[in-house]
Order: sequence, then C-alpha cells, then structure tokens
Amino acid sequence: MIAETELKLHGLSTEEYQRITEILGRDPNNVELGMYGAMWSEHCSYKNSKRVLKRFPTTGKRVIQGPGENAGIVDIGDNLVAVLKIESHNHPSAVEPFQGAATGVGGIIRDIFAMGARPLALLDSLRFGELDEPRVKYLFSGVVSGISHYGNCVGIPTVGGEVYFDSCYRDNPLVNVMCVGVANKKDIKLAKAVGVGNSVMLVGSSTGRDGIHGASFASEELSEDSESKRPSVQVGDPFMEKLLIEACLEASKKDFVLGVQDLGAAGLTSACCEAAARAGTGMDIDISLVPQREEDMSPYEIMLSESQERMLLIVKRGYEEEVSKIFAKWDLHAVKIGTVTNDGMITVRKEGVKVAQVPAKSLTEGVPEVKRESSQPSYLKKTAVSVNTGINENPEKIFLKLLGSPNLSSKRWVFEQYDHRVGTNTVVKPGSDAAVIRIKGTSKGIALTTDCNSLYCYLDPLEGGKQAVAEAARNIVVTGAEPIAITDCLNFGNPEDPEIFYQVEQCVEGISQAAEFLGIPVVSGNVSFYNESPQRTIFPTPVIGMIGLLENINERCETGFKDNGDIVVLLGEVQGSTEASEYLRYIHDVKAGKPPKINLLQEKKIQQLCLRAVREGVVKSAHDVSLGGLAVALAECCVIGKKGFKGNINCKNLDAALFGESPSRIVVSVSPKNMETLKLLAEQMQIRITVIGTVCESRMTLAFNSSVVIDLPLDEVIDVYENSLERRISAQ
Amino acid sequence: MKCGVVTFPGSNCDQDCYHVLKSVMGQSTDMIFHKDTFFDDDFDLIVLPGGFSYGDYLRPGAIARFSPVMKSVKKAAKIGKLVLGICNGFQILVEANLLPGALLKNIDLKFHCHDVYIKVMNNDSPFTALYEKGEVVKMNIAHADGNYYADNETLDELEQNSQIVFCYCDERGEINENSNPNGSVKNIAGICNVEGNILGLMPHPERCSEEILGSADGKRIFESIITYFERRYACDSRN
Repeated sequence: MIAETELKLHGLSTEEYQRITEILGRDPNNVELGMYGAMWSEHCSYKNSKRVLKRFPTTGKRVIQGPGENAGIVDIGDNLVAVLKIESHNHPSAVEPFQGAATGVGGIIRDIFAMGARPLALLDSLRFGELDEPRVKYLFSGVVSGISHYGNCVGIPTVGGEVYFDSCYRDNPLVNVMCVGVANKKDIKLAKAVGVGNSVMLVGSSTGRDGIHGASFASEELSEDSESKRPSVQVGDPFMEKLLIEACLEASKKDFVLGVQDLGAAGLTSACCEAAARAGTGMDIDISLVPQREEDMSPYEIMLSESQERMLLIVKRGYEEEVSKIFAKWDLHAVKIGTVTNDGMITVRKEGVKVAQVPAKSLTEGVPEVKRESSQPSYLKKTAVSVNTGINENPEKIFLKLLGSPNLSSKRWVFEQYDHRVGTNTVVKPGSDAAVIRIKGTSKGIALTTDCNSLYCYLDPLEGGKQAVAEAARNIVVTGAEPIAITDCLNFGNPEDPEIFYQVEQCVEGISQAAEFLGIPVVSGNVSFYNESPQRTIFPTPVIGMIGLLENINERCETGFKDNGDIVVLLGEVQGSTEASEYLRYIHDVKAGKPPKINLLQEKKIQQLCLRAVREGVVKSAHDVSLGGLAVALAECCVIGKKGFKGNINCKNLDAALFGESPSRIVVSVSPKNMETLKLLAEQMQIRITVIGTVCESRMTLAFNSSVVIDLPLDEVIDVYENSLERRISAQ
Repeated sequence: MKCGVVTFPGSNCDQDCYHVLKSVMGQSTDMIFHKDTFFDDDFDLIVLPGGFSYGDYLRPGAIARFSPVMKSVKKAAKIGKLVLGICNGFQILVEANLLPGALLKNIDLKFHCHDVYIKVMNNDSPFTALYEKGEVVKMNIAHADGNYYADNETLDELEQNSQIVFCYCDERGEINENSNPNGSVKNIAGICNVEGNILGLMPHPERCSEEILGSADGKRIFESIITYFERRYACDSRN
C-alpha cells in the first residue's frame, strides 16, 4: 500500500486508490497513478457534480450534439451548425493573470475547431474583487491584457461578455471564456478514436514540462501555497494556435481525418483516453515519438504535460503523409505516435517498452462518484430579511454614482483592448445586451451573451439560477434573435461543504426549470469548484452563455434610442424592488434581501412580445432592464443612441422606481405611428405596457410622480457612463 | 482588375480583404501564400493584410519581410503595380523599406480597437482619388503598434512630396493631440511612397466597406483603385 502523502500528491483518496487496484488487479505504477490522479480530479471527471448535472434539459429539435463532446452543436438551418462552449480558467488566473487568462482563451478555441468549426467569436465573463485594492487592479489589468494578447493575435473577435466586481472575488477571480464557431454540417468532426489500426497523430507544438498537475491544481482551494503553483500555469503562444487553427480546419475537410481531440487539462492522458472511450476502442502509443522541447522528459511528464497548442488526430491508416503535408505547409509537425486498438486499453510505451496500461473507460468513467451532503446555508436566515433603507441622498447624485460605478458603467476600457471587429462579422458591437455577428453568405445572424446575477444566486440560489437563464434569454431576444442554446460555466466554492453543495443543487435546479420552460437546451458546459481561499468563498456564480438565431439579420434591433419624438415604453411592471439590488449593494453596502421572484410564464410572454415587435419592425430600440433598474437602463439607451430622454414614472417608492430591479422588463422606443400596433400586440399577449416618456435631443430628464428628480445634460451622462471605469483604473 | 491578397503565417485579416475585394467589390481576387512568388503581371493590386505575421515576434513585420513573396511584391511595385498595406501590412512595408519611417508601440502601450476619424490629406493618389481633399472619414483601428515615427528630415520629405495621405483628427477635422489615438508624429495614419503606388495605413478600410458593419467610408479606397485601373486600361487600349 502506498503512503497517503504520495496519494495526495496525485490528488487521490485512499478509496480511489483502492478502486484503481481493483480495476487493474494490481498496484498501479507511478505513470498510471499520475494518469488516474489527473483524470479523476474534479476538473476532468466531474465526480462531485455528475449526478446534479443530469438534471439539465439537453435535448431539442436543433440539438445535434449535447454535453459530453469537446463542445455542443446546434442546427441553425441551411446545412449550417453553430458550435459553442464556455470554460473557466479561474485558478491559473488567480496566480498568473496574464498567462492564466491567455491560455483560457486558447483552450476554449481548440474545443471549437476540434469539431471542425471555424471559431467566429469569443466572450469573456470576468469577476474580480473591489477595484480600490492594488492587487485587484493587478489581476484585472493582467487578465484583460492576457485575453487581448491571445485573442487579438489569433484573429477571433472578442465581441462580448461581462465584468463584475465584488469583494467575494478578491482572492479568487473568475475568468470564464466562451467561444462560438460555425461549420457546415458535413464537416463536423467528433473526438472519437474510431477504426482499429488507424493512426493516432499528435500535431502542433512540441511537449514541454509546463502545466504538469494543472488539472489537480484546478481541483483544490486556493491557499498560501498557491503562489508556488505558478509553474502549473501553462504559457500560451497565440501565433502557434493561429497556425494550428488553419492547419486543423484544412485537415478536417479531408475524409481521411476521422476524429480530432484537443489536448487540454491532463494533456495527452485525457486526449487519448477520452477519444478511445467515446469510440469504445483502445490506443497503443509510444511517447518516445512525441516531439519534445525539453530533454530527458519522463513518461510521467510527457503523459501529464499541459503544453498548449497541441491536438490529437485520428487518421485513416495510410494517409499519415497527406496529413503531414497539410501541417508542413504551416511549418507544424504532425507525428504518428500510435494506433487505435480493439482492446479498450490505453497502452503507453517508451521505445517499445510498456510503461503503463489501463482501461480507457476506467479513466473517463471509473471514478467512484462522490455523493455530497447538502444543507441549507445558515447565512440565508440572516440575509433573507426585508431591507428598507429609504433614499438617503439627492436621487440625481445617487444616479450618477451608480451610473459611474464599476459594475454599471461602460466596460469600454476593457473591450477596446480586444479586437472585436476582426473577421468583419461584428454587426452589433460589445456594450449592448448581446452582440450580433453575421454569417457571411447567408442572411443569418447569431446573437451571443453571457449572464449571471451572482448576488441573486447567493441570496436565493434557486431564483438566481432561474434568472440567470431568463436574463440571458432577454438579452438575446431584444436583438431580435430567438434563443437556441445554452452553455454553462458553474463556478462555486468547495463542494465538500454541504452548504456550498446546496447552492450547486439549487442553482442547477433553477437553471433547469427556466431552460425547460423557455425551451432552451443546455448543450455544453464546465464546472469549476473550490473557488475559495481561507478568508472567503465566492458567490455561487453559474454563468449562462447563450446564443440566439436571427434568420434575417436585417430585422435586428439595438439598444440605443434612435429618433427624437419616439415614444419610450416599458414592457412589464413599473415597480421594481430594491431588495438584493445593485443599488442596495453599492450605495448602501447591504448584500441582503430576497431577490424579486420571477414568473416564468410572464417572462416567456414578455419575450415573445418583444421578439414579435422587433421582427415586425414595430419598435426601433429594445433594452433589457437589469442591474441598476429603470434609471440606469434609460441612461444606457441614451448613451448608446446619443439621444436624450424626457419622461415620468408614477410609482410608490422613489428608490424602487428608479433603481429597483425586477425580472421580465424591457424598455423599447417606438415611433408614434406604431404605438397603436404595439398596444394591440401587448393586449393580445396580455402584457402590461406603460408609456414612460419620449426620446429628445440632448438632456436626460426623469420625473417621479410628476416632480423632476434627474435632469442632466446628455454629455455629462455620457461622460460618467463611458469614462468612469478608466478613471478608476488610472487613479493611483 | 486582378487582385492578390497575401497570407503570411499569422495574418488574420487576409480573408476579410478577400471578402471585400471579391464579394463586395466584385473583383477577380486570389490568395497568395507567403512561400510562393508570382510574376510581375499577375496582379494589379497586391494587399498585405492586417494580423500578427510571425506572431509579431522580434518586431511587427520584421520577419515577414523575409518571406519569399516579398521579392515579388517589390518587383511588382517597381513596375507600378499598386501595393496596399493595412495595419500589419503597413508595418511589413515599413520593415521592408518600401515605405519610410517606423511604427512604434502605442504611446499608452495598449491595444486600441475603436473607430477613429481620419482626414484625407492627399487625394491625388490611385488609392484616394474618390475622396475630397480634407474630407473627414470614419474607420476602425485595431493595433498595439501604430505609433508612426520618422526623423525630421524624412517628415519634411513626406510633406514636400505629399506622401502623408491620412491623419488622425476629430469629428470636425481638427488634427490635435486629443484626436491622436497612438502617439503618431503629426497624427500620421497613412503614407505612400514618392511614386504614389504603395500605400500603408493603420486603419482598416476592409472593416468599413459595408453599412451593416457601421461605416462604408473605407470602401472608397477600393473604388478609387478600381477607377484608377479602369482609366488606365482605357488609356492603354486607346494607345
């Protein structure tokens, strides 16, 4: 029996070790132990979350590939498919923000082109501590630079995402990256090692010692020692990735390339066993054939290296030369390292001598599932109180504070460091509810967004889960697109803590209920646990990445007001709630209250109304009302459209009217001649709509029960919204 | 007119340029791989597109200038074919000594991707004939190394020969520090050679050639080029 300390090095428990000896009928050697350790980590095996994830609705008429592959695939008509996936790179980014974020981008892109799809757009969902701390500034600017460095060079536009700041993310920032690609249906490649006797080829970068134990590092809490794990963070080379994209997409079009699998966490180990296990085959590889960039690498190191920019190809026997030629054009090597076998085993050799042999399926599916306890968090008793602060200051001052706050102000400083235009497909640019990209050669467009109100998830995990889906869908719908698929990134603390596990279960339940009701399947995703330090745990943050389809991109709609005299109408309830709101969090420093409840039927109806009004050209602009409430939403319509607004809200409470939040609300602007049509549509669908003002030239004026509470020149509103984040970053 | 768009390893706007020339402008267009060479008469217009050729290693454009295709580009330029370098293409032209000066890191050391206004300083060029002189147009920039630099002597020459083609300005056409996104000397956004058949610019006209993308101001560069060749071919056939 092996010492527990050595097991810990591999991230394995004694029970798991026991299981391995049962599978093998003997003690594993060091290489095998390393392979099991990496593959059975939470990061690779989902051993803690598997059972819960089964709850997601994953089927639908458009779904071609649900969870379980490199990425999900949905049919978008005309023999085209969209391929999507989101992934986290939280822990690497916490210790080495630049490379951590950069390699996060690289990894998710490989998941998309592994399926034979050209990656068309990236989105980043980022969360950090409060910006007044120097370390947070360092992490924030490091992550943004890393994404900029990698994404720009590789030539895929970063078109959207979100940035959110709260002290709970101080030690453990979240870096989630989503990638979306499009392919011809016939070009789809699955990551399956099919056909006994076919060749296994390794292409792209050579293998070094970087990133060994990355998967295990991602599956433990951050601690004092985390800084010393910096060598677990890989180093990315976007130039190499760009070449790899072009070469792999060229190769994917060939019939003799049968399967493509990227090398991510757990490197060659996971690529081999996943591709073999999916096809029910085995693989016999010789690591001495692997191109290496360092000398004297051991089998253990080669099998577990997480060197970036590598892919595994399954190639029909006899066509290895053809594949090598394609890669040689791009000055990349493509080397045969083994063959597909029928014994179901991953056999690893060094110069022909066997150094490891384990059943492929035991690596991917053999991990003993962990049943976690769950119990309602005790903090909920304290936070679930009704908070009534009242308004303590001049409402105009509060409005400007909120509008210039890190969470609500424009993220221009971030997205202008990303090339969001390369590819000449970006039709609706970052800064809107959802970005829209066109698909050249068709009339179609795809709307993309990421969303999660993690404060809601903290205060009511079930409700938070539902609303993450509902809000993402609303973001898609306001552009005129129909939501068609979800990819989710579940970021939580340590699942071994029953209170954390409760958050996981409830959020997943909420997501599933909303996704089911709105008819949007979950087709891919990622789980990131252990997002905590000894001092603090993050809010439960199940980020929802969503795409929508516009059959005719000319029917799209944007956020900004368009023309003077247009009528501004609120779809949904006027009265918001300040509980659990950003207003309460930022202005009053209170993270409490019950998030407003969502009525999914009402939500669905509002979305249908909006979609119809947009597609039939009844409305000229549409914008989701979310963080910051109605006043902030109106300001965004003004700033983006460079237009003023004059209006009035009749309501009970001043702060709830201006800054209160409530789901299922959309602000639209409509020309006077179309007002009757909008009313009719709303009546048909039994949705309450309220006229709240008109678009005008150059002031933003908002009255509450007929007395003016906000009256500002448009230029000031624009300046505060557009420039506050940059000022905050530059301030010493 | 016959167009060629060069793909260097790491080019990422090559397909965008191809799309505009082929699908938007309807011109006969080929892709040229950097390892290939071509004959002098193969192309009327050669585009060196934006991107990160050779990953910008060493300096942007510093390695690409040694690609075999550059020999053909130089020869074609010598006999009066048009060469258009956009963003990284501009950097390559400067590194290859086909245009004077250098492109340094942006003054704030950051990548900038946003729309800028640029003023047409010289419309007496095959690339800009359809613009008015002094016209203000909107185009997208996306670069980290677009800070144009040249010594005073070179700048004097550029001015004397009307080689400064575009300058960054504000919406009203004022050329000043506030309208300079990257620290370029004299707000220079694009220059041509003395003969006027090689243009390099940092803004991306291919991203601004269709209204659906927010601006079609860049399209007139391509229209100017087409008009130039139509006239030239008309002259040739008369002679």
